[in-house]
Amino acid sequence: MGLENQLVGDNVLVTSLNKLVNWGRSNSVWPCTFGLACCALEMIASTLADFDISRFGSEVFRPSPRQSDLIIIAGTLTKKMSVMVKRIYDQMADPKWVIAMGACASCGGVFKSYAVVQGADQIIPVDVYIPGCPPRPEAVLAGLMKIQEKIRTERLDQRRDFKPGMLEIPTGN
Amino acid sequence: MTDLLIIPIIKMLVIFGVCLFFVAYTTWIERKALGHFQLRYGPMRVGYHGLLQPLADAVKNFFKEEVVPDNADRAVFLMAPVISISFAVMLLAVIPFGPAMTIFGKRIDLYLANPSIGILFILGLATIGSYGTILGGWSSGNKYGYMGGLRASAMIISYELSLAFAVLSIIMVTGSFSLVDMVAAQQHFWDWNIFREPVAFLVFMISGIAELNRTPFDMPEAESELCCGYNIEYSSMKFSLFFLAEYTHLFVFASLVTTLFLGGWHGPVLPGLVWFFVKTFAVIFVCIWIRATIPRLRYDKVMKLEWKFLLPVALANVIATGVVVALLG
Ligand code: SF4
Repeated sequence: MGLENQLVGDNVLVTSLNKLVNWGRSNSVWPCTFGLACCALEMIASTLADFDISRFGSEVFRPSPRQSDLIIIAGTLTKKMSVMVKRIYDQMADPKWVIAMGACASCGGVFKSYAVVQGADQIIPVDVYIPGCPPRPEAVLAGLMKIQEKIRTERLDQRRDFKPGMLEIPTGN
Repeated sequence: MTDLLIIPIIKMLVIFGVCLFFVAYTTWIERKALGHFQLRYGPMRVGYHGLLQPLADAVKNFFKEEVVPDNADRAVFLMAPVISISFAVMLLAVIPFGPAMTIFGKRIDLYLANPSIGILFILGLATIGSYGTILGGWSSGNKYGYMGGLRASAMIISYELSLAFAVLSIIMVTGSFSLVDMVAAQQHFWDWNIFREPVAFLVFMISGIAELNRTPFDMPEAESELCCGYNIEYSSMKFSLFFLAEYTHLFVFASLVTTLFLGGWHGPVLPGLVWFFVKTFAVIFVCIWIRATIPRLRYDKVMKLEWKFLLPVALANVIATGVVVALLG
């Protein structure tokens, strides 16, 4: 709701709020229902019985980007599709994280061609790369755990989406 | 003074607090149960068997960015979740949770209000609450949201009919509109309305699940057709409020089934309050079970089911009940 933007400094209130928020965010990472190519099937498989992404509280694949926190770029990112991916990323509500899943999304993979974007990080900021062609569902879970680790070490006022609020104390210069 | 003001306020806080706690944990039960139905575990990592999952979701949603689209109707867009949740919570006021208790020598009834038209109050407010869904879809300036709102209004208009007719036959059997009287009339096991009115029970269950927009009938938020329908543009707490309203409606629906058909809080050995929640959660579990079992119907089939099957059956049931009541009484 943007409340966190009103807090600055390093006192007990801010740090414990930081911990609480990070705990909540890291334990309920809702991914976007979004898949591009063959890797998407492995992403789907990671929600099924043998692997079960819901153990981490992440089985809530939201169909609307407004409600999702994580977008998994699962597959070959062609130039034509890159416009949509960028738009979906922009539509997501902050805070948001990105996983580039598989060789294609990380660096273009086997498709060294004019039609394929050579890595999703050319259009949107990527937090975690998962290697493999395709990565196994266990690797997707490992990537998700890496995201959770990253969220737990974040500080609210150092996030990209942090907008300094009214309570900020002006610094000397 | 105490009778007029303090006791009702305390009762209100306790009832709403306890019920909203149960409602939040209904989401956990649903995720766990769905997991086990699909041979998965469901949430496991936060707390014991994921017990803190609703809390984590709430914290996450509370600190998420709020999006109001440019071409949304801003005032209506912001009002819709409020309408949804407030009318859902208001329904809890007339439900009898248990027998009267004596605390500090004072007789305390376990319901907030007992209007003589209790069941009409619930039917009316539940329908007003669905304005939240409809307005939310229409005001968000999104074609999927618009379609979701349209479908929500179509569902309400059609399924409210068979729901009301199912309730009507219960009213004829009991001879009263008050929920408290209805519970009082079902004291013995064989008096439960589920045995007297099995057809009405089935009609009420089916059209109730349809009114709740739950899975075999989740037309307004069909994920595969409409992305998530009416709440597509909502993020953060506004989305959570819609979610909460939906689960509050589920809770109210389950407690209505308990009150109307399953003898309310009556039961042997255990205290009435416990019986009420046992039955309510059994009904909620059946709803989750249905969600895990049956895939979504096609839109025209949903409408056919109502107008060509449920409504005639409910009407015939009302007429048959009327004849029997007239002959016996
Ligand atoms: S990385 Fe391999 S499996 Fe994944 S999308 Fe590319 S080609 Fe398909």
